[in-house]
Amino acid sequence: MAKRKTKSNPSHSTPPPSHFPWPLSSSPPLATAATICLFSLLVRVMVSLGPYSGQGVPPKFGDYEAQRHWMEIALHLPPSDWYRNSSDNDLLYWGLDYPPLSAYQSRVHGLILNASLPESVALRTSRGFESHASKLLMRWTVLLSDLVVFFPAALYFLWVYSRSNFGEKRAIMWLLAMILLNPCLVLIDHGHFQYNCISLGLTLGAVAAILSNNDVVGSILFTLAMNHKQMSLYYAPAFFGHLLGKCFKRNYSILHVMKLGIVVLATFAFVWWPYIHSTEALLEVVSRLAPFERGIYEDYVANFWCSTSVFIKWKRLFTVEPLKLMSLSLTVLAFLPSLVQQVKYPSNLGFLYALMNSSFSFYLFSFQVHEKSILLPVLPASLLALQEPQLYSWLTYYSLLSMFPLICRDKLLLQYIASLGLFLLVFYSPDRACSGVNKGRLYYKNLIWFVPLLGSVVLHTVYLLVKPPEKYPYLFEAMMMLLSFSQFVFFTLYSNIKQWKLSLYASGKKDL
Amino acid sequence: MAQSPPATKSPDSPPRRTSFNLSIWIFSIATFIKLLLIPSYRSTDFEVHRHWLALTSSLPLRQWYLDTSSIWTLDYPPLFAHFSYLLSLPASLFDPAITSLSSTGSHTPPTVLYLRLTAAFSDLSLFFASYRMISTSRRSLFTLALILWSPSLLIVDHVHFQYNGFLLGIFLLSLGFLEEGRDLAGGFVFAVLLCSKHLFLVAAPFYFVYLLRHYCKGGFFRGFSRLVIMGMAVAAVFAASFGPFIYYGQIKQVFSRLFPFGRGLCHAYWAPNIWVFYILLDKALASAFTKLGFNVETPMASFTGGLVGESSPFSVLPQVTPIVTFILVLLSMLPCLVKAFKNPQPRHVVRWVAYMCTCGFMFGWHVHEKASLHFTIPLAAVAMNSLDDAKHFFILSIVSCYSLFPLLYEPQEYLIRLLLLLTYSFLMWVGFSSHFAPAKKKSLVGWVSSIYLVGLASVELYGQFVHPYLFEKKLPFLPLMLVSFSCAIGMLYSWIWQLVYILRHT
Repeated sequence: MAKRKTKSNPSHSTPPPSHFPWPLSSSPPLATAATICLFSLLVRVMVSLGPYSGQGVPPKFGDYEAQRHWMEIALHLPPSDWYRNSSDNDLLYWGLDYPPLSAYQSRVHGLILNASLPESVALRTSRGFESHASKLLMRWTVLLSDLVVFFPAALYFLWVYSRSNFGEKRAIMWLLAMILLNPCLVLIDHGHFQYNCISLGLTLGAVAAILSNNDVVGSILFTLAMNHKQMSLYYAPAFFGHLLGKCFKRNYSILHVMKLGIVVLATFAFVWWPYIHSTEALLEVVSRLAPFERGIYEDYVANFWCSTSVFIKWKRLFTVEPLKLMSLSLTVLAFLPSLVQQVKYPSNLGFLYALMNSSFSFYLFSFQVHEKSILLPVLPASLLALQEPQLYSWLTYYSLLSMFPLICRDKLLLQYIASLGLFLLVFYSPDRACSGVNKGRLYYKNLIWFVPLLGSVVLHTVYLLVKPPEKYPYLFEAMMMLLSFSQFVFFTLYSNIKQWKLSLYASGKKDL
Repeated sequence: MAQSPPATKSPDSPPRRTSFNLSIWIFSIATFIKLLLIPSYRSTDFEVHRHWLALTSSLPLRQWYLDTSSIWTLDYPPLFAHFSYLLSLPASLFDPAITSLSSTGSHTPPTVLYLRLTAAFSDLSLFFASYRMISTSRRSLFTLALILWSPSLLIVDHVHFQYNGFLLGIFLLSLGFLEEGRDLAGGFVFAVLLCSKHLFLVAAPFYFVYLLRHYCKGGFFRGFSRLVIMGMAVAAVFAASFGPFIYYGQIKQVFSRLFPFGRGLCHAYWAPNIWVFYILLDKALASAFTKLGFNVETPMASFTGGLVGESSPFSVLPQVTPIVTFILVLLSMLPCLVKAFKNPQPRHVVRWVAYMCTCGFMFGWHVHEKASLHFTIPLAAVAMNSLDDAKHFFILSIVSCYSLFPLLYEPQEYLIRLLLLLTYSFLMWVGFSSHFAPAKKKSLVGWVSSIYLVGLASVELYGQFVHPYLFEKKLPFLPLMLVSFSCAIGMLYSWIWQLVYILRHT
């Protein structure tokens, strides 16, 4: 864990005291990065000791069973049957609802499980299969995916970042720790059980590629990310705007646009190969990806529709069709400023802000958003941790608050406390030797920060200890949702403003 | 005689407030890691300690060493039993099952949570002792991280489950006092430690010699009066702890519990000490003689099954008895005792004591590999003194942690123990490299060390990936033997290095 200090005392025969924990410029960067990566991996392994979603809860179990079931389906059935209802593949029991790349990944993992524990992925007989060994194997597949996709992407991003002139280079090791130790990602992927690390890792790789001017590679990686989880579409406006803006800045812009378009289409064709032979097969898959019939929101997610539904009962006032239109228009309105800004003044830093803005706009206004989708804005916030440390820490904290009911359902409270604690400790690590990195102190005097924080602490304890009143059984979930929503709205406005401010500076500063 | 370089005095070390904050930060990170380890594997030691909590809270003092309601009888000295009693006091708030004498074998979640939390917070003793030691002698704060984040300690205390952190805190407190020259306090605290875990008796000869020479000096009368004072202090501690049992007439029973005879030379998994070589030599000679046609009796007790017996398990070489090990331990300690006798210097105390514990580990009878903690942790306190110290500590900590791997034999903990060791190794690499940066000529790991580490890695790879397919049926204990053997090489190196250092520099 190293931040390079400007101070060093070459005249001392005895070396100066190691300013722990972010030691001197003489510390080897590779070993420091390796230490941080190993520690992040260790935290993930320790979190995975905990229970997974739906553990021991028949008949439907949870996301863990869904993933296991997809491994079973992808392993034993041919691709054409994966999205089709059949006797072997009952779509009502955790039907596949992610794009084909997820299915391919399930197949690979299914092969791993099949090699050591065939009964855990046997067709039809392994429904609800739970054992200590299979849990271990499943957890290891997530770890493997994380290690193969997310970690290299983070290191690539760090490498690109250190070469750019964002200004705050000295603390890049702290930035690596911030990206890798984010408790939201760790708890959802290695606790609740999902594979967000793959799509987020691919997106991160795409971001890094684009920042280092490898637009083609970036487009391929982002297309793959979209093909892994359709939620990655939340980032699409930012990618689109930034790349379009960059193309316009070049000569023969139309050629560049076409080049990127062809690359994207080719990647789509490659991934969707088994399904593009007929519109019927295509529609089968697409209808699984966009389940509009489930309504505009489910459970308690801290977005616009669910939060305002406390006052305006959307589901009662409108049917699905008008709501679809309303959510589409509001989403587009929300990401439009950021999109326009990037098309007109594309910049690397602006791109990162645009990612956050675009994902926030989708999270707040889109149709059928899950609370886990808050991971999508959190990723670009982690990339901006050096520019906006306070924003990042608050966003992480309130994202965790919005997911607290989910965490409690999964009985991951211990892991929640520990990973949040570790994150905050690394965030507020002593030795603020890096001048200029305003990691921010807790603004005790600033009520805007303090009152919601106090409220959230109260809510945590109340949720755990107090029974909600009979009339409003979900009172505490609703309160958490409202609190998080208020903070998210504030963050969105703030980062939109920041993104536009960048273009005001752009004329003065030469930004890559 | 060359003088060792002075402990790194940091002229511009961070101010007191910053260093205290940093120390709290280090302790907090360690505590959160311990929280995450709560759901991990627990060994039988967990039930042992839970039973002692129940025992001390339910039964009166006179029955503590007589009770046989469980196979886990009390075999630590009385002060540890009092510590267990203290821990049991708030236990009823959590779950009455914690202190019930009859156990069902499986533990309720509140029980696990409570005991794990006591282990995590009893490490506060280690924290305070190390912090005290570091701030009074102005050592680098990285030392605190080396101690509190030690993977061996995390594996033994917070997965396998023991209270070594608490005891090592008392140990470091005593060493700290001695370093400052406060001999009476140091002796007193050591007596307390002895009455909490008698395994630290290996360091007792040193304490005796050192205190005699350093504290009881300055003429006959002053020396003698000081001897009396020290004697009275130590006697007071022993009286307070063993007194009640002498009164009840149970002292023989207590000692039979503390020093159980009838165990073999080695534990089921051989601790990496000198006897590993002796055993392997015996086996090699036996097979060589058999091939040459001699009639070699196969011993009744064998080592391949990892069995512990009373008849001689050696076929060729002479048998080793407890007396032999005792004499060997004393002989190996002699150079250190002589040095302490001739020139008792406070600043070498930590090294001398660590050496004493190493001798006890290398030559002792029925040594458990967990005992390597007793000298690894104190040596962490001096690891930042010079590049040579750092190099030695780097190898020693890796070897001692690796030798503890067989304690966590379930696949669930495999990645945890591996990552703990790797993270700590890289952390040491970063910390040592940045601290000793100007000495660029010599790197932290030389050729020999690199080859040795590669050897350790190959043993691990073999044991995990190759052996299950090759010799699983024929030689089921081969991987464990390989681990013992390879770690024993490293321990032998450490012992020799420490001996040479003591002879040369103190």
